[in-house]
Amino acid sequence: MLDYVLKGGDFDTAGEASSKIKRILQQIGVRSDVIRRIAISSYEAEMNVIIHAYSGVLRASIYPDRTELSVADEGPGIADIDLAMQEGYSTAPDHIREMGFGAGMGLPNMARCSDEFSINSVAGEGMKINILIRHS
Amino acid sequence: MTVNDLVGTLPLTVVAGQDRLAAEVTGGYVSDLLSNVMGFAAPGSVWVTMQGHQNIVAVASLAGLAAVIVAGGAVPEPETAAKAETEGIVLLTTPLSSFELVGQLYRSGVKGQ
Repeated sequence: MLDYVLKGGDFDTAGEASSKIKRILQQIGVRSDVIRRIAISSYEAEMNVIIHAYSGVLRASIYPDRTELSVADEGPGIADIDLAMQEGYSTAPDHIREMGFGAGMGLPNMARCSDEFSINSVAGEGMKINILIRHS
Repeated sequence: MTVNDLVGTLPLTVVAGQDRLAAEVTGGYVSDLLSNVMGFAAPGSVWVTMQGHQNIVAVASLAGLAAVIVAGGAVPEPETAAKAETEGIVLLTTPLSSFELVGQLYRSGVKGQ
């Protein structure tokens, strides 16, 4: 089990946790198309914290048959999860959109890459995302 | 077709990843929205973008892309080049606009998927 602490607004180290998770999965010989789905999910989960929250923790639990990712953050949370799941919907500010983030595709990308996906949020407090991806 | 084949025929400058030019190119994708690239660019693609900040390296690495081409004469940030070198990502630049470059890539046999 691996925990990575994420800080809101820290774009310089964005993606490092996902890169480490990817390398470990490569070392244990997980299929490359599965690794890609896990890497995309964890990157989007990471970016979600960095773009929207104050802080968060990304946890990767790697088992022989599956990888579970959970990301919990302290931040504004999501008032309307159905709306947030729609492709193209984003609350990211303009200066972040100019960097190519905030396209409103992070949550849909995570859901598309996962075998199981759940999202819970208390508006004004934060949110938690759980992702499960099977290795075969 | 390899990245090196494209570098040899199109106006592309290698900024990082000189030792990775033998990578096979299996397709192409153009977008400035990072999550769009993450979601839809196939592995082995060359990615054409105007974004030059260092997060493009993580996207290319995690999505398994063959190369990133920063178009429109945009200059990648120094941190981007350094990170690409560390992560083993081929980073190229071109003075051509995204539209013109994609046209030339397509004519060279690089197709979308």
